[in-house]
Amino acid sequence: MPRHIAGRVGQALVAAFGVLSIVFVVLHLSGDPTLLLVPPDASAAQIAELRHALGFDRPLLAQYLAYLGQLAHFDLGQSLVQRAPVAVILAARIPYTVELALAALAVAIGLGLPAGIAMAVWRGRPAARLLAVVVLAGQSLPTFWSGILLILLFGVTLGWLPTSGADSASSVILPAVALGLVTMAGFARMMRIAMLDELGRDYVAAARARGLSRGAAILRHVLRNAAIPVVTIAALEIGNLLAGAVIVETVFAWPGIGQLAMQSIAARDFLVVQAVVLFVSLVYIGMNLLADLAYAWIDPRIRRGP
Amino acid sequence: MTPAPPALEIEELSLSIAAARVVDGVSLAVAAGEVVAMVGESGCGKSLTAQAVMRLLPDAVRHQGGRIRVAGQDITALPDSAMRRLRGRALSMIFQEPQAALDPLATVGAQIAEALRLPLARARPAVRAMLEEVGLSDPERRIDQYPFELSGGMCQRVMIACALIARPALLLADEPTTALDVTIQAQILALLRRLAAERGTAVLLITHDMGVVADIADRVAVMYAGRIAETGPVGALFAAPRHPYTALLLAAIPRLADTPKSRLAVIEGRVPMPGAFGAGCRFAERCPLADARCTAQAPPLRDLGGGRHSACFHAERVG
Repeated sequence: MPRHIAGRVGQALVAAFGVLSIVFVVLHLSGDPTLLLVPPDASAAQIAELRHALGFDRPLLAQYLAYLGQLAHFDLGQSLVQRAPVAVILAARIPYTVELALAALAVAIGLGLPAGIAMAVWRGRPAARLLAVVVLAGQSLPTFWSGILLILLFGVTLGWLPTSGADSASSVILPAVALGLVTMAGFARMMRIAMLDELGRDYVAAARARGLSRGAAILRHVLRNAAIPVVTIAALEIGNLLAGAVIVETVFAWPGIGQLAMQSIAARDFLVVQAVVLFVSLVYIGMNLLADLAYAWIDPRIRRGP
Repeated sequence: MTPAPPALEIEELSLSIAAARVVDGVSLAVAAGEVVAMVGESGCGKSLTAQAVMRLLPDAVRHQGGRIRVAGQDITALPDSAMRRLRGRALSMIFQEPQAALDPLATVGAQIAEALRLPLARARPAVRAMLEEVGLSDPERRIDQYPFELSGGMCQRVMIACALIARPALLLADEPTTALDVTIQAQILALLRRLAAERGTAVLLITHDMGVVADIADRVAVMYAGRIAETGPVGALFAAPRHPYTALLLAAIPRLADTPKSRLAVIEGRVPMPGAFGAGCRFAERCPLADARCTAQAPPLRDLGGGRHSACFHAERVG
């Protein structure tokens, strides 16, 4: 077990380092980053001055080392648009996105896993077919459209929930549902496939042959086995959730990092965009590491294996 | 006083998949302490018969008729909950692939304890004793091990422990040694034989291997294409088969005395597909003794005396 975990942590660190480096390379491959930061009518002298001020005139290797040194101190640079440290700007937004992502995840897991389990257990029955239609709809609706529908129904027509901003505790509900629906569908389909796969296995028949009811066999044996493939997908889906947050936060004016990314791209606030990319990538890597650790926790073959 | 009813009594069992009668009028009894082998090629309906006795048939299979009595109790009409209470306690089953039949994520002990309907903490002494009885070394450590930490033979011993710990009167063993090495096979068969004798458990053993039958069974039922071809005591049946299919099966067993590189005896032709069964004997088209009557009408299972039955019009001419 320790070897497995140490290996996975090592891989995650390598991946994180790779992401940092790729972001640096992309920044410099796209030409002189100074040009991205200045207004179109800036004079050559102004550009040269800024280039020197930001250190873009130094050798690439020196810049790379300086960049890594800065990151080691959580120094992400200074936003030229907002005139504030990028780390401070990002830190102010992250709690909102975390709240939204967790709420969306709760929707996705809370609805998706039971739906998937029900579709497998009730296979062939009308209830399972109905659920399949609901899940397909959830997956097919683009978030920008389902978000607007949710606003129209619950915000405008019924007036039950706030439609934008993050001013009250209930503000998170609509964006979380809009964001969670797509992920919910993914979870439901994965869970269904994993359950059907496991339900056909000999150990289920054997468990029933020693007197377990179908329900007890599912609870005691099938669910845990079906969880293994779902955990992998869950990690990836959480990554997708962050990508989806860019759209949902914009539709619902939710002040998280997705909205920040959109605003910063529009304002050509390059360092902020870079910081968001770094953050999302590192979350993605972290989630995959969590999935690997979860495997070891669920599966004795990994936990107690060589 | 009437004698005790047999541990298992199957009477005219018929099962179908869609329109095909895959098990057709099968009757069979197993007495307490007796080992009866059901032999036949894959697809002949022997595994389905066992699943019907457990009432764990796949959804696609329909019970068309016939009764199944376990220790005299008709289980075909039992409500599901009552049937569930019988499983593990009155009758239980072991499977072909022992490692696949154990949940990979649960410890061996926890799975055995389930058969007692007890949490492992309370069942631990009983589970340890049972593991010892099936010949596993270091049972105290084995209890907390996972199936992947045991060999196939050890897993089959665990399955046997699982199946017998609640002392059922009837054990169904579906190809219990097919997936195991030959030496392990012999050990597992000897273990089954010993436990069945000690505990008076009736065993219905399903196999395609005549060698296994000779090793362990008291009586044999030979199945062909969903019907019983012949039944009888092992010794008599092996010595003088009374159905052409049995005779050909026995002739097809390779023997050490055979001339090296001589051709293996085979049964020409194929088992008819379910759904393509005619009105007559299902073996007729491969049978050297078949005549016009065989293809026109199905031969009934006739009592030949001496505990022997054959579903062949020409039973007396076989051999």
